Amino acid sequence: MSAVLLEARNITMQFGGLKAVDSLQFQVKKGQLAGLIGPNGAGKTTVFNMLTGVYQPTHGEVFLDGQSLSGLRPYEISHLGITRTFQNIRLFKGLNVLENVLIAAHQHVQYGLLDTLLQTKRFKSSEQSLRSKVIDLLHIFNLEKKALEPASSLPYGEQRKLEIVRALATDPKIILLDEPAAGMNHSETHQLMETIAKIRSQFNLTVLLIEHDMKLVMGICENIAVLDHGVKIEEGAPSVIQNSAKVIEAYLGVEDEA
Amino acid sequence: MGFLKRPFLAFLALAALGLIVNFGFNAYIQLIVLFILVNCLLSMSLNLVNGYTGQFSLGHAGFMAIGAYFTAFTSSKIHFLPDSLQLLEFFVFIFGAGLAAALAGFIVGLPSLRLKGDYLAIVTLGFGEIIRVALLNMDFLGGPRGYSGIPSFGPFMVSFLFASVWILICFFTIWRIVHSSHGRGFLSVREDEIAAEAMGINTTEMKVKAFVLSSFFAGVAGGLFAHFTAFISPSSFTFLQSVNAVIMVVLGGMGSMTGAIVAAVLITALPELLRPLQDLTGIDLRMVIYSLALILMMILRPQGLFGGYELTDLWRKYVRRSA
Amino acid sequence: MHDFVQHIINGISLGSIYALIALGYTMVYGILKMINFAHSDVYMIGAFAAYYVARWLGIEAQPGIASLLMLILVSMLACGFLGFLIERFAYRPLRKAPKLNILITAIGVSLFLQYSGQVVFGADPKVFPEVMTDYVLLTFGPVELRSFDLTVLGVSLVAMLCLEFLIKKTKVGRAMRAVSSNALVASMLGVNTDKIIAFTFVVGSSLAGVGSVLVGMKYPKIDPLMGMMIGLKAFVAAVLGGIGNIGGAVLGALIMGLSEEMVVAYLSSTYRDAFAFGILIVILIFKPAGLLGKYSVEKV
Repeated sequence: MSAVLLEARNITMQFGGLKAVDSLQFQVKKGQLAGLIGPNGAGKTTVFNMLTGVYQPTHGEVFLDGQSLSGLRPYEISHLGITRTFQNIRLFKGLNVLENVLIAAHQHVQYGLLDTLLQTKRFKSSEQSLRSKVIDLLHIFNLEKKALEPASSLPYGEQRKLEIVRALATDPKIILLDEPAAGMNHSETHQLMETIAKIRSQFNLTVLLIEHDMKLVMGICENIAVLDHGVKIEEGAPSVIQNSAKVIEAYLGVEDEA
Repeated sequence: MGFLKRPFLAFLALAALGLIVNFGFNAYIQLIVLFILVNCLLSMSLNLVNGYTGQFSLGHAGFMAIGAYFTAFTSSKIHFLPDSLQLLEFFVFIFGAGLAAALAGFIVGLPSLRLKGDYLAIVTLGFGEIIRVALLNMDFLGGPRGYSGIPSFGPFMVSFLFASVWILICFFTIWRIVHSSHGRGFLSVREDEIAAEAMGINTTEMKVKAFVLSSFFAGVAGGLFAHFTAFISPSSFTFLQSVNAVIMVVLGGMGSMTGAIVAAVLITALPELLRPLQDLTGIDLRMVIYSLALILMMILRPQGLFGGYELTDLWRKYVRRSA
Repeated sequence: MHDFVQHIINGISLGSIYALIALGYTMVYGILKMINFAHSDVYMIGAFAAYYVARWLGIEAQPGIASLLMLILVSMLACGFLGFLIERFAYRPLRKAPKLNILITAIGVSLFLQYSGQVVFGADPKVFPEVMTDYVLLTFGPVELRSFDLTVLGVSLVAMLCLEFLIKKTKVGRAMRAVSSNALVASMLGVNTDKIIAFTFVVGSSLAGVGSVLVGMKYPKIDPLMGMMIGLKAFVAAVLGGIGNIGGAVLGALIMGLSEEMVVAYLSSTYRDAFAFGILIVILIFKPAGLLGKYSVEKV
């Protein structure tokens, strides 16, 4: 039994009269590759927004390593080790690929303002090592050759990959991926899933990913929670999910579209 | 002392320029050159907030006013060094002027930087006006009559070199910060605040830092302005002055240091260049042309002259390639 | 106590003028999400248009309601046309430009009108012709109700009711509301958004025209920079009420008018302008959506 890394305890998100997420309870264990699935509009992204502090849950709490995240700002949560990607890619479009990733590494920067102003050795060596670390990360996704290109000039699939690289640069304990394969074709998706599995073992990461395409996550996720209309309707290993009547019902009619 | 090499070379270049102006032009043009230096400071400092951090500020004149009044008051009332070291004393006071403006920037910035876009522009405008109205009501600073008898630096060359030192401090401070991890933090706020937060950037801290640093140099600019004109009044720091600063940043191209400088030169010199037109027609059409040019530029070249590139980038892109 | 009632009457009268101008800001913001900085100068041009027409027709010889109404009409036409021109030639080309550019263009138009005004009309103040005679209409003890205050109130009330009717009951008003809530959807449903936006500018500007004649009548000194302060206060009123919200603008304007009157009466007149900004800052920091506005959550 490995320890629980991330836990959502009865979190609810209410927008006016609408309960986008209702008393959601789930855990992600250290090192696990977990999935959060559900039809479109089930509230998956809202869950991510609560986990990362973009929204404060109306009720309930989120815990990371036993520490409550209530009231923390998104950047503080990022410093504690939760990082994410976005469903509608949110890169720093006006900056180049390298800068995009360097920004995420800012929290690990070793030099202060004075070092910057006086251009000390510490500034130079630390900038240098930061850059080489980032180049190494870019290398995993074969993006190092495009380091100096504007992020907005990358093709769609590479923009998604760049978001993952950027998230990794924060040195996270857990990475939340919001539909990482959206807009990719079959072989690209397959390749991406392999990379995700690879970085998990390489960086000792825990991964939680959102997908509305059920088949996709069945292959790699070890534990899956299914969300429908803001409520968790099922949770368990892929085999459990596949045979659940409730899940099949929730997905009926959406199946072909996905 | 390697970090001083480039600033020193730049100082020599500026000094050479100063000598040309000193011997080649009359006192009137020399004064305009000094105003150009003041405006360079203003536009570089505002560029940090508007261009790099992506926050609109329409209250820069307020911070400039604080610096100007601080300098005016201290330099005419306080002496703590022998006369031979008076320039050093002025330097200390101008640094103090920067700090006073920075403090005001912190007080203004902390609550208002939570707002975005137009709202932030309006709140900073409001703060700028409040500073001006407060000065109007402060009798010990002269109220509406203004403050006169501010000591000057003496000959043109001294003023020019003194201002040049501050220009270089401002330029290299901002340039080095922008090309460091802190500066990338500023840029990330401009690009996408939500993504920046998710990547661990404390966006509030970044915005306040940029705002405070920017206010500091606006205060310095105000201090220099006070010494150059020897007389200041609240009407020197109206909304129009803030607008002027924004126009310089936008004209130069947001987020381009060299662009900000070129724009400051153009905007300061333009009314003087248009003076013959006034002599010819007998009416003062300068401001009409100025405002019309502004509208046309926004429509025809919205990215500004340099569009976020530096002079050196453009040099590499066009001149070297064609060579 | 009588003083207090008198100040309330004056405050409401002032507030209703602010309301007429604030409506223009709020309507344009509602539909384009931009602050039309030039609005206050459109108002100034309206006052001058009325001034020159009044002089040309020799209206001073025959003050009365008919003259007032005619000048209001003139000013509305002038302002409406100017509003149309500004939207068409300065703002429309920038529909998709970054916000800062639009803001600066608006400031540019404002400066252009002010400086052109100084060149064309001269920088010195002019005396607005007497379009009506001011006399005490009613007295309740020491409290006076003057004909000007009643006229100001009556005219602005009628103007606002017309606007209410236009927006709520007519087809074009429905289109305005549709564009304001979602321009893209409105255009897909067959609304000609360009036309509706232009129409909004014309309506908002002509309301400022109404205001300019009322101000000219009540405070008969006009100059090319007259729009700046009143424009800022009207803008504050719009923000106070919740910018983009029509009812909010009127509410905000009344609060502004009343509180300004009270500050001048009971505190100090030197701070009357700083006070307006004080209100603005407090509102924006603590309740950025204003009294009646809704604050939208950014979608992630």
